[in-house]
Amino acid sequence: MSERKLYGLTALFQTPDEIVHAAKKVQDSGYKKYDVHTPYPVHGMDAAMKLKPSNLGYVTLIFGLSGAAFALLFMYWAMSKDYPMIIGGKPFFALPAFIPITFEITVLLATLATVIGMLTFYFKFPNNSQPLHDTPYMKAVSSDKYGICIEADDELFDLEKVKHLFKELNGQNVSEIYFPVTEPFKIFEPKFLILLAVVALSTSAVTYLTLNKLLYITPYNWLMNQNRVNVQSKSTFYADGFGMRKPVEGTVARGFIPYEYKGLAAPVVPLSNPLLPTAQILQLGRKRFLTFCSPCHGNFGDGDSRLRGQFPNPPSLHSEKVRGWHDGNIYHVIVNGQNVMPSYSSQLSRDDRWAVIHYIRALQKAKNASPSEILEAKKETPSNAAK
Amino acid sequence: MNIDYSQEMPVIESRISLAEIDRLISRPLDEKPDKKFLIALSITLTLLLVGVISISYLFLYGTGVWGLNQPVGWAFDITNFVFWVGIGHAGTLISAVLYLLRQKWRTGIARFAEAMTIFAVMCAGIFPIIHTGRPWLAGYLTPYPNQHGLWVNFTSPLVWDVFAVSTYFTVSLVFWYVGLIPDFGLLRDRTASKLKKTIYSIFSLGWRNSHRNWMHYEKAYMLLAGFATPLVLSVHTIVSFDFAVSIIPGWHSTIFPPYFVAGAIFSGFAMVVTVLIFVRKVFDLQHIITLNHLDKMNKIILVTGSMVGYAYAMEFFIAWYSGNPFEQFIFINRAFGPYAWAYWIMVSCNVFIPQLFWFKKVRRTIPVMLIIVILVNVGMWFERFVITVTSLHRDFLPSSWGYFVPSVFDLGTLIGSFGLFFTLVLLFTKTLPVVAISEIKAVAEGAQPSHNGGKH
Repeated sequence: MSERKLYGLTALFQTPDEIVHAAKKVQDSGYKKYDVHTPYPVHGMDAAMKLKPSNLGYVTLIFGLSGAAFALLFMYWAMSKDYPMIIGGKPFFALPAFIPITFEITVLLATLATVIGMLTFYFKFPNNSQPLHDTPYMKAVSSDKYGICIEADDELFDLEKVKHLFKELNGQNVSEIYFPVTEPFKIFEPKFLILLAVVALSTSAVTYLTLNKLLYITPYNWLMNQNRVNVQSKSTFYADGFGMRKPVEGTVARGFIPYEYKGLAAPVVPLSNPLLPTAQILQLGRKRFLTFCSPCHGNFGDGDSRLRGQFPNPPSLHSEKVRGWHDGNIYHVIVNGQNVMPSYSSQLSRDDRWAVIHYIRALQKAKNASPSEILEAKKETPSNAAK
Repeated sequence: MNIDYSQEMPVIESRISLAEIDRLISRPLDEKPDKKFLIALSITLTLLLVGVISISYLFLYGTGVWGLNQPVGWAFDITNFVFWVGIGHAGTLISAVLYLLRQKWRTGIARFAEAMTIFAVMCAGIFPIIHTGRPWLAGYLTPYPNQHGLWVNFTSPLVWDVFAVSTYFTVSLVFWYVGLIPDFGLLRDRTASKLKKTIYSIFSLGWRNSHRNWMHYEKAYMLLAGFATPLVLSVHTIVSFDFAVSIIPGWHSTIFPPYFVAGAIFSGFAMVVTVLIFVRKVFDLQHIITLNHLDKMNKIILVTGSMVGYAYAMEFFIAWYSGNPFEQFIFINRAFGPYAWAYWIMVSCNVFIPQLFWFKKVRRTIPVMLIIVILVNVGMWFERFVITVTSLHRDFLPSSWGYFVPSVFDLGTLIGSFGLFFTLVLLFTKTLPVVAISEIKAVAEGAQPSHNGGKH
């Protein structure tokens, strides 16, 4: 605090007329770095100080227009590109319905940009360590006096000359303002570092508690915490202890028309597959096969179970016997079960079963193809032939 | 009384020096709260507590604790929301519209009205959030990128509402704060307490009363006023869209936007007058918030009240003229049906009673004025109630007809919102200058240069 440097020279005036006159004189004397301090904006001061009109309006204009463009483009993208949805029979780009939000975003962005821009870029705020703060001069000009301050940085600044000028203008309380050369607020001050640490810790603690604890205490029950029996879980309500239930006896679910030959050794009339082996049906069959059949029969029907001996392995689906069966036989086994295999009639719908049969046929073909057939298959698509 | 209309009336009565203005306005901040203040605060806090209890109960047991049910699915929640948003309109109107119209008298009341705007919008904001029944999920109202790949429906008036009210709150708060910065600078330089000085310094951001700053500041203030003016009109327009965009008879009407805006200004001014009557008396600000101010505000109440009355009449005319039997039924039902009592409270408080303001004597007599403005507030609350409930309680099928009766929790929440509002108003009068000091100085007599060296 020992070393101090001159910031500038200040003088106080009693009336608005005097300060306008003084500002005019100081400006005419060629000073550039000076400022007038008044408790409220005094009319006519802009002209006296020869200030150019504020260009803050351009900031407002630019940000307001960007806000409008952003809002409109965003809504256009969200409502007609990213997730197009017809609402009330209106077009995806429903301009009249977008106007309110466009307007609000325009106003919001323009206002915030004007204020934040003014405070930070124009005023260089926050700045509470300016030399003029805490001086009797500042106290006077914020209440009822009008002051002028010529800074020592000015090229023409000469202490005696400025004092003379102020005297000539009839300025009172002419005083020199000094400021300490050493930085008053150091970044690496222990106090400040402790404050930062405390802020960081408390922010993380509050965030953690809010997001992980507060949101989950009763009564804040989320939909996922419902009082119901989940599949694959134990139930204390049902006598058999299973959470999953079988369909009620005597009911027919959609797609599950009862099988005529249930319980017989084989279908009385040969059944034929009502579905065509299209790519879509084969995909469906593959999906169902992998879900319901592959745990025991293996991914390719080889009878290589994934169950590690917990359940007896079934024979291969590629045996002469199964390949020789007509489709109806396989269907019969899926619906009725065979030996240790249970019935899959409640898991697979009629279409699912026939799709699975198509898939099994495809597997059989693939596993047991002759070399000429493989060559034929490779020729079918150019990309395969190239290999 | 002879008034010389060639001269503008002085804004501040009886010449007060600038230092005296400082002292007068910042006095409530320097003094310890007195007994009267504490009694008032305990009353408002009790009201607030009633609201907190009602809302806690609502959160625990769900929206079933309210009286609303089919067919009246919207009742007190939306009524209170629209009522409070409406109250909030006076502040921005006074600070922005009257600023652009160069009405100097606004300076005395602008700060207070702006603060009331912010508090009223805070009260209003509670209702849309709590009425969903799952208030902790209110964040879903904002468009944010989520795992569902969904966006909010930007063509829905309810989403417009979210944008309009939050923008309005933000802009009002910023406008208010910008006005406060020079006053924080002054308070910082006045106070002797170290703690207060630190707080004021932080909020003043280092304001130095520099004319180089004042120049941009005035420009910014004008720009903000320019934006706040259409904003204030848009907010209640969008609130009215909540009703008008639907197809319910009694709501589906193009008169709603102007009618709601006029009603908002009407109710807002009534609330400002109600509160100012007490503030000017308690804080000894009769010279700054003069009888002329109240007189002018009462004139605006008269104008907007008559506009609202015109809208009521026009709604009936259009119902007849449209030839739509549902529309006609709903309006006849409003005036003579089960809710006729609410309708006639609304009409008498909003249209008939404010007509007394044609008399100069009434406009300038404080007790009479107080009764009238309180009745206006009552009437405006009933207006929202009538629009919401009477349009819903008779559905298209007579099997879906009902009668809404508020539950004790409906009333508790309404009382609580008044508690919150007046608590905030009271705390504001003790913590911040209720009149914009730098603005009032600028319009004091002799505050501006006389352009010829002070010699007339």
